[in-house]
Amino acid sequence: MTSVDLSTTIGNAWFPNPIFTASGCASSGRELAQFFPLHDLGGVVTKSVMSKARTGRPTPRMAETPSGMLNSIGLQGPGIDAFIAKDIPYLIEQKARIIVSIAGETIEEYSTLARKLRSVSGISAIEVNISCPNVENRGLVFACDPDASRRVIDGVRRTIGGELPIIAKLSPDVTDLVSIARGVVDAGADALALINTVLGMVINLDTMRPHLGGKTGGLSGPAIRPIAVRAVYQVHEAMPKVPILGMGGITNGRDALEMIAAGASGLSIGTASFGNPMALISIVQELKELLGAKGFTSLRDAIGFAHRIEEA
Amino acid sequence: MALINKNAAQITATIVSNKRVGQYHQLIINIGDLAQACKPGNFVAISVGGETSGMILRRAFAISRVSTSTTFGGTMELIVAAHGQGSRWLCAQPEGATLNLVVPLGTAFGIPTEPVQVLLVGGGYGSAPLFGLAEVLNARGCRVDMLLGASTAGKIYAPMEGKRAVNSLRIYTEDGSMGQMGRVTDPIASLIKDMDIAVIYSCGPMAMLSAINAITSQSDVIHQCAVEESMACGIGICMTCVLPVADETGAVSMLRSCIDGPVMDGAYVQWDKLGQVL
Repeated sequence: MTSVDLSTTIGNAWFPNPIFTASGCASSGRELAQFFPLHDLGGVVTKSVMSKARTGRPTPRMAETPSGMLNSIGLQGPGIDAFIAKDIPYLIEQKARIIVSIAGETIEEYSTLARKLRSVSGISAIEVNISCPNVENRGLVFACDPDASRRVIDGVRRTIGGELPIIAKLSPDVTDLVSIARGVVDAGADALALINTVLGMVINLDTMRPHLGGKTGGLSGPAIRPIAVRAVYQVHEAMPKVPILGMGGITNGRDALEMIAAGASGLSIGTASFGNPMALISIVQELKELLGAKGFTSLRDAIGFAHRIEEA
Repeated sequence: MALINKNAAQITATIVSNKRVGQYHQLIINIGDLAQACKPGNFVAISVGGETSGMILRRAFAISRVSTSTTFGGTMELIVAAHGQGSRWLCAQPEGATLNLVVPLGTAFGIPTEPVQVLLVGGGYGSAPLFGLAEVLNARGCRVDMLLGASTAGKIYAPMEGKRAVNSLRIYTEDGSMGQMGRVTDPIASLIKDMDIAVIYSCGPMAMLSAINAITSQSDVIHQCAVEESMACGIGICMTCVLPVADETGAVSMLRSCIDGPVMDGAYVQWDKLGQVL
């Protein structure tokens, strides 16, 4: 079998392979480091960090659903200062490539986070998680509001300058995903992360009330994979030059290749790690074998393959 | 900072035996040399449902006992109540079937350096890991007394051989169908007064652990409890199994019961804030 070049780029950042952790599904890497070297991944996308430490939502925080799960964590985290002091140095020591995910409650908070990260060395890119309630606009999620989405990315772009690639992470819970994607790209996003979890709910029939402490939760896992493939396909079709970090229920190499064929340049693996701590590393290997078996010599040749017009 | 999950490995393991014990199933699983790394209090996370299953999350079970000297190599024992889809699948697996495990996970019960008097309190099949713990404490020279409770006789787990390491065993059922009628927490206050108990080890429903802590907080008895919160991953990455715990300075944070627990110092758990927003 010929060797396959798995390397990929997101904006100006280069990665040896396209497999990343998904934000919020690997903390800052320490927990998975027992199972494989973090350096073997394309990179670690850290759990979305906010300005201040946050305790998150009450328990129960999860419910298993058919081929998926709901989570309602509420962005529990240490806050940006502790994150920069403790987590970044750890990841650098592990020689991991780092994508820092940030989240805010106001447009200003995102810019503040970007300002703090601007001077930190060792970061490959910033993922801007805009699937958070905007406290300045009746709690409407930024990602569901085209104007607020643009303004967040614009603020981060202005603060961070032209160096670090910005990846805008979008929600699938919108009417016109492509128009929101265009808006954030116009505002300065170099790449897009698709998709965040899909909002869901489970009612507990013992209590006859919503099961989760936070009532609603984000659905993830194989249950949402076709939604993610569709989202990646539609956005890649509209903007074929914008790199996409694809995610949503990828569990094995076949799922990974499907998302790449739809148009993803990189892949985040989240819920699969809950069931299989070795999932990320297995997927790197399986993807490599599958690409080779299909005659690809490089990952790049497979990106967006499903869009190509069949040769006569 | 100590390494997280530092002894854990993901393995394929064979079921050596699967027997029904009262309302529960006793599974013996061959885990080879990993048995040496398992301590009382640790748990195992098991994939359920087979490869095509829609159940994507592992199920966590307390390891009730390990043996490193059987003819099968290292084995671990689990006591499983078949009450959910995943545990029913597990209990239906025959001898010789293989399981995908991550083991050992979580914190272990602290063992006193001196031979002191200890009390073990178990609720339902939460008693299972206490028998393995009793053997370790007994070997340390501790005097081990045990209280077990459940709603009814069928839910008491108290194997004959497990009693060897225990100085005394009292059973309480709420319907009086076995032992004394009442709750397992009823005698604890007077036992603390009458005996020189240094540590209470507990495992069972959160309400029981909370009730025990209400008693130990009035004394200088240390309360080591194995907490229970529903978890998705078991290895510290999903952040679902959290509970509010104070540190030495009194600052409360949401700790993960999978890596900062399941065994925690009951005095630091904020029992009145469980399931609330901090």
